[in-house]
Amino acid sequence: MEIMYVYTRKRSEFGRPCSFSDRPATVTVDIPPDPSMASNFVLRNPVDSSVQHTNEMSEHEVNTERVQVESRGVNHVEGGWPKDINPQEMEQTIRFRKKVEKDENYVNTIMHLGTLMEHCVKQNNAINIYEEYFGEEEMAEVEDEPPSAKTINQTNIFDVLLSKRDPNVTKRTATHLSWHPDTCRKLAVAYSSLEFQQNAEDMSFDSYIWDLENSNKPELVLKPSSPLVSLEYNPKDSHVLVGGCYNGQMAYWDTRKGGLPVEVSTVEVSHRDPVYGAIWLQSKTGTECFSASTDGQVLWWDIRKLSDPTESLVLDITRKGLLENALGAISLEFEPTMPTKFMVGTEQGIIIACNRKAKTPSEKITSTYSSHIGPVYALARNPFYPKVFLSVGDWTARIWSDETKESPIMWTKCHLSYLTDGCWSTMRPSVFFTTRSDGTLDVWDFLFKQNDPSLSLKVCNEPLSSLRLQDNGCIIGCGSKLGTVTLLEISSGLCTLQRNEKTLATAMFERETKREKILEARHREMRLKERARSEGQETEVEETPLEDPQEVLDRARREFFEVIEAEMQRRTRAEARGLLSKVPETAWTCTRSGDPLPQGGGQGLVSAFQVKDHMVDDEVAIQEEESQLPKDKEEEEEEEKDAA
Amino acid sequence: GIPIRTTLDNSTTVHYAGLLHQLTMKARSTVRDIDPQNDLTFLRIRSKKHEIMIAPDKEYLLVVIQNPCE
Repeated sequence: MEIMYVYTRKRSEFGRPCSFSDRPATVTVDIPPDPSMASNFVLRNPVDSSVQHTNEMSEHEVNTERVQVESRGVNHVEGGWPKDINPQEMEQTIRFRKKVEKDENYVNTIMHLGTLMEHCVKQNNAINIYEEYFGEEEMAEVEDEPPSAKTINQTNIFDVLLSKRDPNVTKRTATHLSWHPDTCRKLAVAYSSLEFQQNAEDMSFDSYIWDLENSNKPELVLKPSSPLVSLEYNPKDSHVLVGGCYNGQMAYWDTRKGGLPVEVSTVEVSHRDPVYGAIWLQSKTGTECFSASTDGQVLWWDIRKLSDPTESLVLDITRKGLLENALGAISLEFEPTMPTKFMVGTEQGIIIACNRKAKTPSEKITSTYSSHIGPVYALARNPFYPKVFLSVGDWTARIWSDETKESPIMWTKCHLSYLTDGCWSTMRPSVFFTTRSDGTLDVWDFLFKQNDPSLSLKVCNEPLSSLRLQDNGCIIGCGSKLGTVTLLEISSGLCTLQRNEKTLATAMFERETKREKILEARHREMRLKERARSEGQETEVEETPLEDPQEVLDRARREFFEVIEAEMQRRTRAEARGLLSKVPETAWTCTRSGDPLPQGGGQGLVSAFQVKDHMVDDEVAIQEEESQLPKDKEEEEEEEKDAA
Repeated sequence: GIPIRTTLDNSTTVHYAGLLHQLTMKARSTVRDIDPQNDLTFLRIRSKKHEIMIAPDKEYLLVVIQNPCE
């Protein structure tokens, strides 16, 4: 439809001026929609329409021209000669040289340079200007700080942070500690109650792995079927731990797999008593361990198959392999540098050294050392001198050498309380640590002081039951009877190797070993003489044994009371003097210069009171008292030592 | 550079001459770089076995090799 608008004008009116005026819009055409036409169309719903808003880009490839690289060597030949002179020809070069020498410029230059050079050469000849004036200054490592140990957090020991309480209600003893082999940020602690048949009903069997960062709750809870007495990390694989249970079974855990043991040994073939020692062995597979218990057996296991021990040994020192005669084992020692030998400390106070690779079972037990009066709670070899080992038991700690079997080469005095555990320092060959049942941790440095521990720290009020030094030698963990584990950091003086320490320690060990050997030889001679004499006088010998026990008893009783009396008197004297001068009771005042002879052996109970003595006068008193001591065999030994 | 007078054998002299010439140029340019007014007067190289002393000039170079007295 066409929309048109027609505008007409008369012809006569053409050419007139226009006058425009506005007028509102008028509708010219109105076309309403026609619904009938809608049927020609279909409604489209939804409608797809694409929209894009990006930069317009185009792709174009360019390849640079390849550069050829080639390795070439340059050979310098004699150059610099002027063009006409051939360097090979001697004549020409000589002629050229002569010509140059005649050149005036040359002569002047040479004179000038010559004087300069002469000056420096003369300097050199006169003195060595680069000489080292101060020879290598040996850094004198003066131990300014007295040896000290401090709890890593200075708050009250029983509080949080680095003293981890056993979270359970019924407190159990922390019987064994093991540090994580690589990181040393984790500590595995075995908790159990060692009181015979005093386990409370609700006592939990769990043992914990603590992370040093987070001491509020354990990182992992190990749930054995019976409380763990000993626990060790595998030094090769730090996720695996082996534990010995109170009921004699062995169990092993993988920390990646959670708190339940991966495998537990069968009850029939395990030990019959708590497993006091469980140590990993050096093996290619890294899965072998062995365990010892008070039932008198030492069993070897491969943790992949805990249903049967791979080997077993009965600790029968009569070498017959009879279980009835066996001694109960309470500590186990193994040094990876001596893979076939190991030592067992027994409840009866005898240390048995064994060789695993012996041909017959009777030869497995190589030697015995009768060491303590009570159970040998700890055995440790010196990491620097594997022939020397430490044994801790009853009231003393003794140091033995593999060579002298009759007596230790060094020993500490008897303390007031039992010694419960001990270990060597991994950094210094002359330092070792012991814990006592009055809650004290002693640090001994026998190059510094031999009579007393160089440092004595009271860690807690209850007995300390286990001790473990971290591999770097600076942090010690000790576990107590109520389950509190305390971590202590020892001062750097005690854990850094001093200058001559190794040589001094070697010298000392050798000296003591030699002394013991001499004594042993003497004893043997004396015994031979005795035997020779007694063979000639057999009848007389028979009568005397009947009287001896009673006499000996009376004599011992008399002497005992005498000694007690003397000690009481001395004590009152010392106390009176002690009131006048204030001397602190802790052991690290150095008033006593190192007394080379360890006085532990000959003084028995009496020396227990030496803990309070720090004054020179008391040394005199002790001397007096020594003269009153009964002439025991030990006294004779002391005299012999003085002579030797 | 060309050795004009030497007390050592020829090959060593040639060796030293070539290398030390370059070294002296480098040293001189370094000194000049740091301070344009400066110039290299003497160069001493002390090694484990010998001490080499070089006195440079515009055209010539005097080199002395000494064994240190230690």
